[in-house]
Amino acid sequence: MPADTVSVTGWGRTAPTTALLIRPRSYEEAAAAVRECGPRGGIPRGLGRAYGDAAQNAGGAVFDMTGLDRVHAIDADGGTVLCDAGVSLHRLMEVLLPLGWFVPVTPGTRYVTVGGAIGADIHGKNHHVSGSFARHVLSFELLTADGEIRTVSHGTPLFDATAGGMGLTGVILTATVRLQPVATSLMSVDTERATDLDDLMARLTATDHRYRYSVAWIDLLARGASMGRSVLTRGDHAPLEALAERTRARRAPLEFRPGRLPAAPAWMPEGLLGRTTVGLFNELWYRKAPRARSGELQRISTFFHPLDGVPHWNRVYGRGGFVQYQFVVGYGQEDALRRIVHRISQRRCPSFLAVLKRFGEGDPGWLSFPMPGWTLALDIPANLPGLDGFLDELDEEVTAAAGRVYLAKDSRLRPELLSAMYPRLGDFRALREELDPRSVFTSDLSRRLGL
Amino acid sequence: MKDAFGAPQSMLVLGGTSEIALATARRLIARRTRTVWLAGRPSPALETAAADLRVLGADVRTVAFDALDPDAHETALGKVFAEGDIDLVLLAFGVLGDQSRDENEPGSAVRVAQTNYTGAVSSGLVCARALQAQGHGSLVVLSSVAGERARRANFIYGSSKAGLDAFAQGLGDALYGTGVHVMVVRPGFVRTRMTTGLPEAPLATTPEAVATAIETGLRRRSETVWVPGALRVVMSALRHVPRAVFRRLPI
Repeated sequence: MPADTVSVTGWGRTAPTTALLIRPRSYEEAAAAVRECGPRGGIPRGLGRAYGDAAQNAGGAVFDMTGLDRVHAIDADGGTVLCDAGVSLHRLMEVLLPLGWFVPVTPGTRYVTVGGAIGADIHGKNHHVSGSFARHVLSFELLTADGEIRTVSHGTPLFDATAGGMGLTGVILTATVRLQPVATSLMSVDTERATDLDDLMARLTATDHRYRYSVAWIDLLARGASMGRSVLTRGDHAPLEALAERTRARRAPLEFRPGRLPAAPAWMPEGLLGRTTVGLFNELWYRKAPRARSGELQRISTFFHPLDGVPHWNRVYGRGGFVQYQFVVGYGQEDALRRIVHRISQRRCPSFLAVLKRFGEGDPGWLSFPMPGWTLALDIPANLPGLDGFLDELDEEVTAAAGRVYLAKDSRLRPELLSAMYPRLGDFRALREELDPRSVFTSDLSRRLGL
Repeated sequence: MKDAFGAPQSMLVLGGTSEIALATARRLIARRTRTVWLAGRPSPALETAAADLRVLGADVRTVAFDALDPDAHETALGKVFAEGDIDLVLLAFGVLGDQSRDENEPGSAVRVAQTNYTGAVSSGLVCARALQAQGHGSLVVLSSVAGERARRANFIYGSSKAGLDAFAQGLGDALYGTGVHVMVVRPGFVRTRMTTGLPEAPLATTPEAVATAIETGLRRRSETVWVPGALRVVMSALRHVPRAVFRRLPI
């Protein structure tokens, strides 16, 4: 099977390490790769959208699962799909939308695989209503360290260890996912502006339950009275009646047409996204948003995945790469959230992709990230002076508020804080010890944090 | 593993009593480093150095290592790498020698060359292979501005550092693309035990300043670091001064 020694990084392009990239083309080849991967083990990898080092394995093997990408069966009446783990959500949308079905959960990019979606137990703008991805997975087939393939059903310990388990319990080969029915491929979107953080939190608390999808873009460079000013976009799948008669959309209501711009060039100058440029961008972005507008029809790609239109957008941060920081603090910890937002805005971190949303009920995955509360995600150029110490200080605030950071985005957490953030870490370690005593499944993330 | 900012979690110091290395270790322990191996000739000084770092909260172990005994390098260093990944190897041993004595006693001049160059070639290659097998890590080599152009006042030391510097650059190129990063550090005059009693050169610096430069270099994945940074410009000018003029300069 094809294999190359390559330098691997996550989407943030920091901390490259070298591994043998193995591309299995069948389940048998995948099993052989796991059995023969050598003393430094292996880790499955999908489309490489985890920001940090979750799908890297220095000196060992990385199993590129994107070659296993068949959609096996669609139950168009019951609304389920059985597919390989290497299938992307993009592909699923292409296949399922014409049949009137949508993926149950999508993050800010369609270019994640089903296996990765389970491994990171991803969440989307509908978490407050629908929970995370694994909640909609009925079962999956897992290739474990002994080379065996096990069928793992929802509600079992192995399922809960694998959902959010960052690929460390085994390689997911196929999964059965429950789908979301839709009448059209368009979104009906309400947009409003919030003048500051308190205004934003009040609006979200009062009305979030009315929307299936909800998210707020927040301007973290705004200071003083306008600290936390933001643009809320919320909505649901548009019903057929919302589409005007005798339009192309009405004639083909389930058509999926994501646009695509040219890719960011391979080489970008450093420091393109400084305080001035990001400050200007944020000002424009806030001003151009309507004060309030409702029922606007948007494409799925515009509403969910605006950045997917620019392939390799991660290159705009230049050679130094960037760090994504996402944390959650529970309801009742609003003061901690205010303090953190205040510190970020005082610090003038140039972040133009900062997003705040409310999570609903937590998910059963032992290392699943979401819990009921407020989650803030932002990305920052990695070469910002003093950023490492600053994020460590934010970690302290998050831990003190009984919150946690998201492992799929982490590239720099202090290992000591992990067990406070993830109380079921002990169970996870015990199950791994039993299932995989030789640590066949190992990643840079697992080495760095001692998972 | 190193984090996104290049901060190592484990480090191995070759030359475990080096003041520059210990200043670097203190700095890195304040960030992410939790495991430190100090390799050096067994001595009370080595144990004191280890104890001083333990106080800062690191797990510090010592290992017997002698630059002048290359045949033992494979075994001694192999033992360290067998215990777990090393994110940073700091090659920090070296002797200055006594130029006027060494010129008259070829035997002691050879010891300077063997320590600074031969010992580094042997231990550097052993570490490079181990780092390559683990697919990540940095090898930081303490060179010197003295290696940039031989001076009348210390050409024996300078020539050994010139050899070391060229070796480390070549090794860095050989390891390019393997996940292993080699960084050559060229400090000027550093105020340490090694230089006590010597007349201070312009742009003199401290072990702490070198440690800061190493930490920044790791973050940027630099290939060459001058300490202080102004030496880069000074040396690129001096490099082109004609020999006849250079030998008369008061440096």
